[in-house]
Amino acid sequence: MIELRDVRKAFNQGQHNEYWALSGISLAIEAKQVTALRGPSGSGKTTLLTLIGCLARPTSGRVTLHGRDISGLPERFLTEIRRKTFGFVFQQFNLIKGLSAIENVMLPAYPTGRPHQELKRNAEALLEQLQLGHRRDARAEWLSGGEQQRVAIARALINDPEVLIADEPTANLDTALAKEFMAILESFGAEGRTVILTSHDPLVTESAVVARLVDMRDGKLVKS
Amino acid sequence: MNSWIERQRHLIDFTLASLLRRKGRNLGLLTVYTLLVFVLASAMLYTHALRREATTILEGAPEIVLQRLVAGRHDLIPPGYVERIGRMRGVQEIRGRLWGYYYDSVVKANYTFMVPADGSVARGTIVVGPALARQRGLDPNTGISFRSYSGELFSFSVAAVLPQSSELASADLILINEDDFRAFFAYPSGHTTDIALSVANPAEVRNIAIKLSKLLPDSRPILREEMQRTYASLFDWREGIMLALLSASILAFAILAWEKASGLSADEKREIGILKAIGWETGDVIRMKLWEGGLISLTAFLLGFVGAYIHVFKFGAPLFAPVLKGWAVLYPHFTLMPVVDGLQLATLFFFTVFPYMAAVLVPIWRAAVTDPDAVMRS
Repeated sequence: MIELRDVRKAFNQGQHNEYWALSGISLAIEAKQVTALRGPSGSGKTTLLTLIGCLARPTSGRVTLHGRDISGLPERFLTEIRRKTFGFVFQQFNLIKGLSAIENVMLPAYPTGRPHQELKRNAEALLEQLQLGHRRDARAEWLSGGEQQRVAIARALINDPEVLIADEPTANLDTALAKEFMAILESFGAEGRTVILTSHDPLVTESAVVARLVDMRDGKLVKS
Repeated sequence: MNSWIERQRHLIDFTLASLLRRKGRNLGLLTVYTLLVFVLASAMLYTHALRREATTILEGAPEIVLQRLVAGRHDLIPPGYVERIGRMRGVQEIRGRLWGYYYDSVVKANYTFMVPADGSVARGTIVVGPALARQRGLDPNTGISFRSYSGELFSFSVAAVLPQSSELASADLILINEDDFRAFFAYPSGHTTDIALSVANPAEVRNIAIKLSKLLPDSRPILREEMQRTYASLFDWREGIMLALLSASILAFAILAWEKASGLSADEKREIGILKAIGWETGDVIRMKLWEGGLISLTAFLLGFVGAYIHVFKFGAPLFAPVLKGWAVLYPHFTLMPVVDGLQLATLFFFTVFPYMAAVLVPIWRAAVTDPDAVMRS
């Protein structure tokens, strides 16, 4: 589904502080399974995730989605692919403060121009599915860590994306909440959703729901 | 099309929610912004209405007034001057006018005594201006006495009070019979204060003035258009003085607006990053921020302008009238005709809304074009 060929990514290229976060990654990610990128801090997991999720372009190499090269597309097209194909759950959840849970969930769908009522119904259904229906009107900053993450997951799913991308999903959760997340992840696995996540938490990487584990170190793949 | 409308609706919804989230900051900005528009619009509306009022009043004035000068000072017109002018081509009517000033020590105010051209005021009666009637408590058929400059006391009965509509010009006016006027001021018989000439063709006015200067070298013709220009520049000057005084506050607002609009907080930058990461285009972010800036500036403009309109035309601009109207003991108490000049409105709009929108747009554009992956690293 997603293929990376000799992908390299540099930051501050040409400057004294030039840094290569990825050095020649070639990887194929299958659809309808959970893939985890594992590695220590600074191994390039998050950078790789941003390239897969069309949040950034590689410095060199190719990224293809369903056989279509997306690595050189202009920002506008990348945004459209990102909106339609990917849903993101960030490490810090990145909910917008001051907005209610349901407003946060609806945000990614605003640029699609879907009718408001339909959007609201979908958002409510997602919150219900994640057992957060009773917190729909609570402001983001009033939610607990676990609740914030579930709102972030609902937000990632509002445009019904093919791929869910999660960056260190359990990094800010205690064990009980991390287990709750794993239960959600299992349900996604059972539904046959494509999930790509980064983690160095054994609770995630050693879970049976993870179909494929990709190890990384110093911007390179260790084993695939 | 429907999807476009829904999209704009979502953007407006989000914008309103954003504005409410930063209630304190936005309300403060809106208040200062509204106040500024209110002050500027009040000054503009009031001066424009005064100018318009003065022009309307002067439309009824004679095209040329001829004054005699002695040693550079205005002097009485002796008998025979009207006859010396005689019949002049283009002049419809020539008549000597009688008017003068009187200081009333009771209310410490100056009145203008005038003999009407049609001789409509009977002996022993006067017609008074509305401000004077208010000040001295006069109604038709009440009496009033004035001590003349010679010390003699003259009593008059009030025949009528002039209508309020002409108050700007007639606030302190007293219309009096010619014989009473001459007796009260000990005015020499046959002399007049000045000569009024009516000219039908405006193109002829200057030629006639030149002829009058040649015919009567000791006299000075004053043209109506010169008076109109003088009034216009007088009110323009007053408006300018006021705007100069206000310039400090305008500058303070400009700095505040620039600072508030152009300085993106870390929270706002983070939000823009999140929106871009979850699928908003750069254009969506800019449109949303433009809606935000537009809502603030248009609301401030509308509130400020409507407030100024009510302040000027409903309450007579109590905040600025003393400066803009000029000094007088008997302030005219008049209701201005509501007039709004489209060009003035556009100018005010341009100088208040446009700079704010520009101040909003530049930093947003800079923040909105940053890579969305920054949010992954925050």
